[in-house]
Amino acid sequence: MRGNTWIYIAVMGAVCYLIRVLPLTLIRKKITNTFINSFLYYVPYVTLAVMTFPAIIHATNSVWSGAAALILGLIVAYFGFDLFKTAVSCCLIVFVLELFIVKV
Amino acid sequence: MEKKKTGRAGLFLEGLRDGVPIGLGYLAVAFSLGIMAKKVGLSAFQGFFVSFLCNASAGEYAGFTQIAADATYFEMALSMLVANARYLLMSAALSQRLDPAMPFRHRFLIAYDVTDELFGINIARPGYLAPAYTYGAMIVALAGWSTGTMFGVIAGSLLPVRAVSAFSVALYGMFIAVIVPPARKEKKIGGIVAVSFLCSYLASVLPGVKEIAEGTRIIILTVVLASLAAILFPRKAEDTEPGVPETEAAV
Repeated sequence: MRGNTWIYIAVMGAVCYLIRVLPLTLIRKKITNTFINSFLYYVPYVTLAVMTFPAIIHATNSVWSGAAALILGLIVAYFGFDLFKTAVSCCLIVFVLELFIVKV
Repeated sequence: MEKKKTGRAGLFLEGLRDGVPIGLGYLAVAFSLGIMAKKVGLSAFQGFFVSFLCNASAGEYAGFTQIAADATYFEMALSMLVANARYLLMSAALSQRLDPAMPFRHRFLIAYDVTDELFGINIARPGYLAPAYTYGAMIVALAGWSTGTMFGVIAGSLLPVRAVSAFSVALYGMFIAVIVPPARKEKKIGGIVAVSFLCSYLASVLPGVKEIAEGTRIIILTVVLASLAAILFPRKAEDTEPGVPETEAAV
């Protein structure tokens, strides 16, 4: 059942804030548990990877342009281009490729 | 470099200045988030509010996925926790950089906008964090991020189909730019990213698993894979401090 959009938004905002404010107000010492430290350390990489693929391939009008964006993004980021330039490269290749392979 | 201004006003101006490139980058990326918000049925006003309250690209993306999947509020909270777990880590690291005597009102405000980029510029400064500097950067970043999302919701429907298709990968491009540099530097992370890609793909095609809602799959995969990584490749405490994101400087 679909919930109320404003309640969804409130939940999102509340969790986002709590996650940030609790460490800043409560933690005065260093975390020493190795598992927790390691887990927290790996979480961003895993979750961003899982969210990116295969979703990126289905985000565009053609799986080919999505796949091209993924590959180009990986290459461009590998060579050290920043967040913004990588994002723009992905957008551009989708736009250019779809001029040829997608009829609108 | 212009003459060094001192005091809170000077620090605030310095923060504003450093916040400009971040705010501009945010504006562009938030735009594609706005397109997604529109897809799951949010109004421009709601899109603005989500970004104003959450300040999290991956987190908001995960949240929109949950809304699209008609998730329960509990599933929503859980997915926000997982998608934003890195901010927990960043705030924990940042807590070590606050003056122990810093009043709580500053702690409450600084916590509001701990993002990859703001964390990066804050941690890059020597000594204890100066709240005035952080606030200057925060204001610009917040403005870019929340209005960008709003514009995405509004203009997403006015843009030609081709442009929407192109913009819809901006966010993924940003995610890629966050994970690739550390993956390049450290083989373990590269391996973990590759395994995550593979598992995520398998989970989307395997019968019995693919029926699980996308948002829930993301939570399960993240918890399972990050736990396995933590067991297989435990890290010493000094190795787990998130560094300055390499992608930050030129946004």
